[in-house]
Formats: sequence, C-alpha cells, structure tokens
Amino acid sequence: MKGRMSIAPLVYVALLMTPVYWLVAMSFKTNAEIGGGLTFYPHSMSLENYALILTDPDWYMGYVNAIIYVVINVVISVSVALPAAYAFSRHDFFGHRALFFGLLMFRMMAPAILLAPFVQIFSDLGLIDTHIAVAVAHCFFNVPLAIWILEGFISAIPREMDESARIDGHGVVSFMRRILIPQIAPGIAVAAFFCFMFSWIEYMLANALTTVDAKPIAGIMTRAAGVMTGDIALLSAASVLGLLPGLLLIIFVRKHLATGFSMGRVI
Amino acid sequence: MRDRVTILALLLPALLVMFVSGVIPASFVAFYSLHDTFAGNSFVWVGPQWYLSVLSSSEFWWALARSFSFSALVLLIEVPLGIFIALRMPASGPWATVLIVLLAIPLLAPQIVVGYLFKVLTSPGIGLLHALFDAVGLGYDMNNPVVVWASLLLMDAWHWTSLVVLLCYAGLRAIPQAYYQAARIDGAGPWAIFRHIQLPRLRLVLLIAILLRLMDSFMIYAEAYVVTRGGPGVSTTFLSHELIQTATIQFDLGEGGAMSILYLLIIAVISWAFFTLIVPQRDQAA
Repeated sequence: MKGRMSIAPLVYVALLMTPVYWLVAMSFKTNAEIGGGLTFYPHSMSLENYALILTDPDWYMGYVNAIIYVVINVVISVSVALPAAYAFSRHDFFGHRALFFGLLMFRMMAPAILLAPFVQIFSDLGLIDTHIAVAVAHCFFNVPLAIWILEGFISAIPREMDESARIDGHGVVSFMRRILIPQIAPGIAVAAFFCFMFSWIEYMLANALTTVDAKPIAGIMTRAAGVMTGDIALLSAASVLGLLPGLLLIIFVRKHLATGFSMGRVI
Repeated sequence: MRDRVTILALLLPALLVMFVSGVIPASFVAFYSLHDTFAGNSFVWVGPQWYLSVLSSSEFWWALARSFSFSALVLLIEVPLGIFIALRMPASGPWATVLIVLLAIPLLAPQIVVGYLFKVLTSPGIGLLHALFDAVGLGYDMNNPVVVWASLLLMDAWHWTSLVVLLCYAGLRAIPQAYYQAARIDGAGPWAIFRHIQLPRLRLVLLIAILLRLMDSFMIYAEAYVVTRGGPGVSTTFLSHELIQTATIQFDLGEGGAMSILYLLIIAVISWAFFTLIVPQRDQAA
C-alpha cells in the first residue's frame, strides 16, 4: 500500500490544474491577445496587470482586508471551539446530543438566509464596513465545523491521559495548554485550515457587510467586472492573486495537514 | 456539581459566539416571516400570511426543484468520484503531500474567482471549455439549459470534489493495516475489501462530506450567478437567488423570511436523518 502511485489521481489533478494554468496564462496576456483568439501561453509576457493591482491600494487592500477578517474569524472559531469540543468529547451531560445537533444545524444554514438580519444588526451597531463584522458573521458556519473536527481528534485520545494529568495536579486550563493542545496540534491545524477555507471563499456576507474600508477582493472584483467588462487580463491577475494566500497557507501547513489526515478521525 | 460548572465553562465561549452570530440573526428571520414591514423599522404581525404566499408561489417550488436537482447531481458526481480518487491516492510519502496540496488549491479559490474563471472558460472566442466543446463537435450553446447545467456541475465538481477526496483519504488512513491483512488471508479481492472494509469505515467521513456538499450546493449563489445570471430563462435560478431577489433586492423581508424558515425546515429534516445515521455509530466507528 505504502507510497504506491496510481495514474487516476495524477490525471485528476492534471485536470484540476488545467483551468488554473489557463487563468495564470491569461493574467500575463494583454487584452489584445486574449481577444485575438485562443493562445496556449502568453506570447508577450505582460506584467502590467500585476503592477496595477499591487500598486493601487484600491486593489491590494482587498486582499489585506480579506486576510484580516479571515484570520480574526479563524482565531475566534478555533479558540472557542476547542474547549467546547473537549466538553462534547469527554462529558456526557444532559442535552448533549440535542446541543451537538443544534450547533450542526447552524452549519447547515446558508449565508443567503442570514444576510438580511446581519445587515440590519451590524448597521444598528454601527459595525458595517468593519473586519470584525465579517469575522463574527462567518462564525455561524465555522464554529460548529471546528467543534465537529476537534471533537473527533480529542475523542481519538484515550481518556486515561486526562486522568493521569489530573493525578499529576493539572487543572482543566493547564491540562489543555500543556497536554491536550500539543497532542492534537495537527487536529487544530486541520480545523484552522477548514475555517480559513470557508471564510476565505465566502462572498455574499463579506461583500454585503462591507463598503470601502473592509471590502474584500471578491467585492472589488465584482465592482470592477461591472464597470469594465472587457478587462479580462486584469481580472485574471486579480483572480490569480486571490488564489495565492490559500496556496501559501496550504504549503505552510502541508505537514500538519498530512499528519492530521493520517491521524484519521478528521471528522 | 463541580463537573457541571466545568462543562458550562467549557461550552460558554462557543455558545456565546453562536448566540451572537447564529441564534440572534436566525430569530430575526423568524420574526420577519411573521410580520409585515413598511420602512424596515415598524413591523405589523401578519401571522402565517407570508408562508401561505410562498407556498402558493410556483417560482418558489420551481426554484426548490432546481436546487434539489442540482444538489442531487452534485452528490451523484462528486461522492463516487471523490471516493475513487481517494482510494487511488498513495498512503504516504512525498507524492501524497504533493497531491494533497494540489487537491486543496480549488478548495481555497474564492467563490467569485471560481465563477469568474468558469465564465471565461465558457466564453466564446476566449474560453478553453468553449473551444473544447466546439472541437468535439458538440457546440457550446449558452442558451441551451442542458449545456449550462453541465458547465455549472463541472464547475462545482472542479471546486469541491477535492473536499470529498481529502475527507475520504483521511478516513482511509484511519483503517488499521490488520484489517487488510485479515482480508487478504480470507482471499478477498479489491471489490470485497472496498465493500466490506473500506466503505463501512468511511461512513462517518462520507456522511459529513455529503452534509457539507448537500448544504453548500443547495444554496449555491455567487458562483452560479456569475456564470449564468440565473439563465437561460430561469433554468439556473436557484433557491438562494430567489431568496436574495426577494429579501434584499425587492426588500420583501417577510416573504424572504418565510422562504428561509421553510428552507431551514427542509434542511433540518435532512440533517436529522443523516445525524441519526451518524451518531449511533460514532463510538464503534472510531
């Protein structure tokens, strides 16, 4: 079994990467070349689009804004989910099942459903166009998911560990900090990865709750696509840059992710 | 008693956050669905009126049917494909890591980027997919609902099949090697191993993968909207488009609220069905 390579995943990944290649190629082309018919690689490498995006704060702040609220969301989601997941894993309290299911139900809600109330609530609070508004809004789907993932990892650790820690004199907080968190570090990486992913790609709430100061790149792209329908090269460059933070994250956490996945019980 | 305090303390932060970002907005939706509003700040109780008007609207039922069909097709494509790819992945080593990284790239593509990418891919004159359809003689006609549905399904499969692959891959790694050795001694072929060992052990991850895919495809919005604007005609106007149109563009909070609550009821029934399937298994399945 170990290390055996078969052709199917290679073919599949090659198919996955074809549109990505296409996007990257377009981002280096000029609009004249794109409009002139299919070319499989950029004939005249143009860095103009990237130069524009990376020098104009109206563009590049979109990435910064998105990263800010995503990071806030991931930090909130994982840190509140960890103790909750521990409680769900170790204690069989009254209403355990109903509460667990109730939380899961929120993950099943869609941003479209909560859009109108979120806009009203955050307007009333004067929080429209702030990073924290988006970060908090994204919690309704990320906290349940993080609890679910972490519960799986914690349940894979034998309960004897808790008891021996208690005998060694660890309280709940010190047990979590010194023993539990190092043990399930790959699980935390997996949970953080999924929270990052769902917050990073979400468009509807992120766009509706922001106007200028916290506008994510997706919102800026939509606006640009409305004003200048023709600038495919520029939008492609913006898209490629939109893939980059995710790619960097994956490369950065790949070891943890691989360990996390091989610990089994992801969910 | 001390135990209860500990449990409460452990759960409290998560419950507080969920109260703010989930319970409160959801109660607003329930409130909207039973009231009429004139300026968005004065509300009049109207009882089940909005529900009746939603339930008697054929647009709602058609949008619901389209969303159901879309989700069903998404699951039928992505789940078997995801399992298949996961089974063929190498168990460990540098190749496994490379594949995980590459598989995760589409997952981290923002919805707008995915929609934009597939809009360009299917555009005449500049799109690879368009050219491909033309090259094999099928022709790419954006006014043909079958073609448009096929591109949306292709887009969704591109974006999300990796999720099924990664979850199943993780599930497969959790199966102890001893199971395979025992199966080999019994002379089990690959199909028997899949049917009697791998598939049952994948139940848990498959169910969560199905739930996530079901819900997210059921309420697909931005990606589909960028590619098709709901057309041709209304053939790709899904539930979320109907909802956004009603609640935020026509600012019909009551009708939008009623639609949302009905959607939640549907989703609650489906999720509960899956949940009762998952949870009794949780202890042994680990």
